[in-house]
Order: sequence, then structure tokens, then C-alpha cells
Amino acid sequence: MSASTAAEPSTTGLRTAFLSGVRGAAPLLLGIVPFGLVAGVAAMEAGIGLPGAVGFSVVVFAGASQLAAIDLLSRGAPVAVAIGTVLVINLRMLMYSASMAPELAPLSRRTRIASAYLLTDQAYAVSILEFRTGAWDLRQRLALYLGAGSTLWGTWQVSTIVGALGGGVIPDSIPLGFAVPLAFLSLLVPAVTDRPTLVAAVVGGTIATVGVDLPANLGMPLGAFSGVAAGWWISRRTGTPDAAAATADHPTGDEPGPA
Amino acid sequence: MTWPTASTWLVIVVAGMGTFALRASFLALADRLTGLPHDVREALRMVPAATLAALTIPALVRPDGDWALLGPRALAGVLAGLVAWRTRSALLTVVVGLVAVVALEAILP
Repeated sequence: MSASTAAEPSTTGLRTAFLSGVRGAAPLLLGIVPFGLVAGVAAMEAGIGLPGAVGFSVVVFAGASQLAAIDLLSRGAPVAVAIGTVLVINLRMLMYSASMAPELAPLSRRTRIASAYLLTDQAYAVSILEFRTGAWDLRQRLALYLGAGSTLWGTWQVSTIVGALGGGVIPDSIPLGFAVPLAFLSLLVPAVTDRPTLVAAVVGGTIATVGVDLPANLGMPLGAFSGVAAGWWISRRTGTPDAAAATADHPTGDEPGPA
Repeated sequence: MTWPTASTWLVIVVAGMGTFALRASFLALADRLTGLPHDVREALRMVPAATLAALTIPALVRPDGDWALLGPRALAGVLAGLVAWRTRSALLTVVVGLVAVVALEAILP
């Protein structure tokens, strides 16, 4: 009610939000650590040393694109091809940025631009799922996103360095690299909430899979954009999500709706 | 200590700036994006499902580029997907998926 009681929960609210972000990111570290180790090992094998490994992880900070660039450079590809490949692989960041923008819009532009540095697949997915399920105010949303983002960032840097210095510490018999798509899968499942998002996932996954052979890893962004377009089209055809959920055309066996 | 060549540094710096520009793009313009039309909000609502599926599915069914619709990774993925759906636990999903893939790779030809 009074101003003094309003200020108190605000600080604890920020702390809670930050820690929620850390907790959301924590299980995903199972995928980040082996991925970071591989990024470090790959940099050493490509002959760019620890500074190169750390340079990629700090400056680019996007695992799949780092590995692709290091691979291309080690095979003598032109600089422009390596840069272009990184940007194509990271095109999906455009969509994350667009999706996060309305959530953080009232913050100052400087804060929004600075926070963009931590925007990764995992930080984005953890945050957007929390924003949709919990009642967080603006500053709590930022705190939550920074909690997830900084946890992922720190772990990524440490595991890159360990990978570069320690070399092949991962036994080949355990396919730890598989933890990366599994972590994405754990985020994908709760992201599918209705028919349009299901269509977005099916089309996005199918096009990306068929497009694996495309040059410069174009299949992934192509799949992502096609999935968004397909889901959006279904959503337009069936009306608002609420109206779609209210119609009785859902087969039995579906989970009961939130209503 | 081994140091990257100048051209490698060029890739790191330019690709890093470009990636940051992609990340910052719409966040920088966010104040002009208030009151987005329903159609745009619906498109943005599709982003997590579409991008996460595009990152996940190829790794499950074409792990080495070759199709393996019933391979160990695809089957482990189905199992992990069920765990994710029933438990909503990322940790369990990853652990069950990893255990499953090791077991399936030992069993399957």
C-alpha cells in the first residue's frame, strides 16, 4: 500500500527474478559445457590457439557459428565466406530480438542494446517461456533474462578455456554433444501450446532437416522463417488463439485447455 | 602461445559485430514497436517453436547428414520428448536422452 512497502518487495522481486533466470538456465548447462569444450578443442586443432578460442567465444559468443567459422578457416576458406556463414547461422537472432523487443520496450535504449549481447538460443527460450507463464514486471523481466544470460555466458567462457587447455578430455563413448539438441528439445516442448505453434514447429523442423544439404547452413534459418510463416498463416485462418482453443474441433486426448 | 592470424582476427571482429547487430536489431528499435498489430504479435509468438524445432529436429533425424529416422538419436529424441512433455524438466530430459542414446547405440546395429 504505502511507498515503503512497495520499495521493499521490488528489490527482493529483482533478486527472485534474477535467480529464476539462473535456475531456468542451470539444467541447460549440461548442453553448454560439452559444446564449449568442443569449441575450445576445435580452436586448438585449427591452430588459432587459446586467444583465438577466447576471441571467438567472447566476441562472437554463438557456439554453432563459431564451430562453422573455425572449420572453414582451418580448411583455408576466404574470410568473407567465414563471416557470411556466421551471419547466416545467426540470422535467427533477428527473430529472438524481435520477440524480446516488446517485452523490454520501456527500458532505455542503451540498456536494451547492451542486454542484446547476452541474447542466445537458451537465454531467449528460458526468458520468453518464463515471461509467458509468470507475472513479471518490466525490471523483473530484465533481471530474469540477465540471470539466465550471464549464467550461460560465464559457463560458455569457462568451458571454452577448459576445452582449449585440456584438449580431448571428453571420452568419445559418451555422446555429450547430443546434450545440445536435447536441451533445445526440453525448451521446444513447452513452446508448443496450440495448433499454430505446433504447425510452426513441424514446418520449421521439417524444412531445416530437408535443408541440411544447403550451402552455408542455410537450412536452419530457412526452416525457422518457414515455421514462423506457416504458424502465422494457420493462426490467421483459425482466428485468435483463444477462439481456436474454444472451437470443438480438437480431437479427444488433448490436454484440457487453460480455460 | 599460438596466436590467430590477422585474417582470423578479422573474421572474429567482423562476425562478432555482425552477430551483435543481429541481436540488437529489434531491441534497439523496441520503443517504436509499441502497440504492435495482432498479426505481428502472432508471428512473433511462433518464433520459439519454429526456431527450436529447426535447431533440434535435424540433430535427431540427420545426425551425420544421412537420414536416420529410426536411428538411436531419433528414438532417444522421442523418449526425451515424452519426458519433457510429462515432467517439464530440462535436466531429466537431457539425462534420459543421453542414457537412451548410449543404450540404443549399444543395442541397435
